[in-house]
Amino acid sequence: MITMKGMSPIVKKVSQLISAIIFLYGIYIIVHGHLTPGGGFAGGAVLSGAFIFLVLAFGTDVLNLRREEEEASVIEGLAILIFVLMATIGLFIGIRVFFNNYLPKGQIGELISAGVIPLYNIAVGIEVGAALFTIFLALVIYKEEISK
Amino acid sequence: MELTLSILLVFMIIGAVYALFARDLLSALISCGIVGYGLVICFLLLKAPDLAIVQIVVETVTLIIMVAVILDSTRQDLREKIVHNERGTHFINAKYVFNVLTVVILALFFLFFFNQAIGRLEPFGTHVTRMASAYVGDAAIKTGSANLVTGVLFDFRAYDTLGEATILFTAVVGVLTILRIKGRK
Repeated sequence: MITMKGMSPIVKKVSQLISAIIFLYGIYIIVHGHLTPGGGFAGGAVLSGAFIFLVLAFGTDVLNLRREEEEASVIEGLAILIFVLMATIGLFIGIRVFFNNYLPKGQIGELISAGVIPLYNIAVGIEVGAALFTIFLALVIYKEEISK
Repeated sequence: MELTLSILLVFMIIGAVYALFARDLLSALISCGIVGYGLVICFLLLKAPDLAIVQIVVETVTLIIMVAVILDSTRQDLREKIVHNERGTHFINAKYVFNVLTVVILALFFLFFFNQAIGRLEPFGTHVTRMASAYVGDAAIKTGSANLVTGVLFDFRAYDTLGEATILFTAVVGVLTILRIKGRK
């Protein structure tokens, strides 16, 4: 299914156009996680879906998959590190609780509100998206190396 | 709503049972997809759009990966093996009767206790514990988040979210370790 040269030119063009919209939708779900249904996990899965779509359409020899895999795993590790660090900052500010909501909460329903929760959402979203994409790329690269 | 949910659940059970007995791996996978997408509609009917979004995206991604794996695997060999196995069996014998009887007796037994237990449950949507009503009442004010699920997930139960992220991280590390060919020699 995942071939070297990818699918037909029509599929390639459509996937170029659609994947940007999927990516934007993932970002919307992550950023509005504290207002509308969704959040870090759902949005991150949508983000990884946009990348997987591109790899499926364009095949494996166009993209430099090994570098992509390394970058994705580095981004994933950084995101989870930022998540834990933001939680640890709560230990030193205010009432000294892990996962303390230390930023001002603002007005409920505004885009910039709810303190640290949107930042947690963004970190978890990047982490989930990079993790799912890394797993997919690892499987694709394994198949490429086996078939050689 | 309960009638729709029951029909959907029966449909999902049929899909799951068909997946066990399918001759072809690809049709088994598609009938597994019935279970997943039926669950999405169940979540939507039960007013849980957060879970529905996660389920539909993850289901699609896993289906794509598994279809790719099956199309590359030895699908024909498996089918021949199953056909070969079924040729040598006689269906009606003492063991068959004993198995069916055991299943029927156990099903009736569990149905009885399930019926007993379901009568004592609170109606759907009521809060049984004190914690639940406190969460629903004060979460918007305490966390400042308009979406209660995110408020609970990242403030009251943030440890669970950290554990979930750690599980995903560990899964990635495991996959990268197992699927590494260079450096294993």
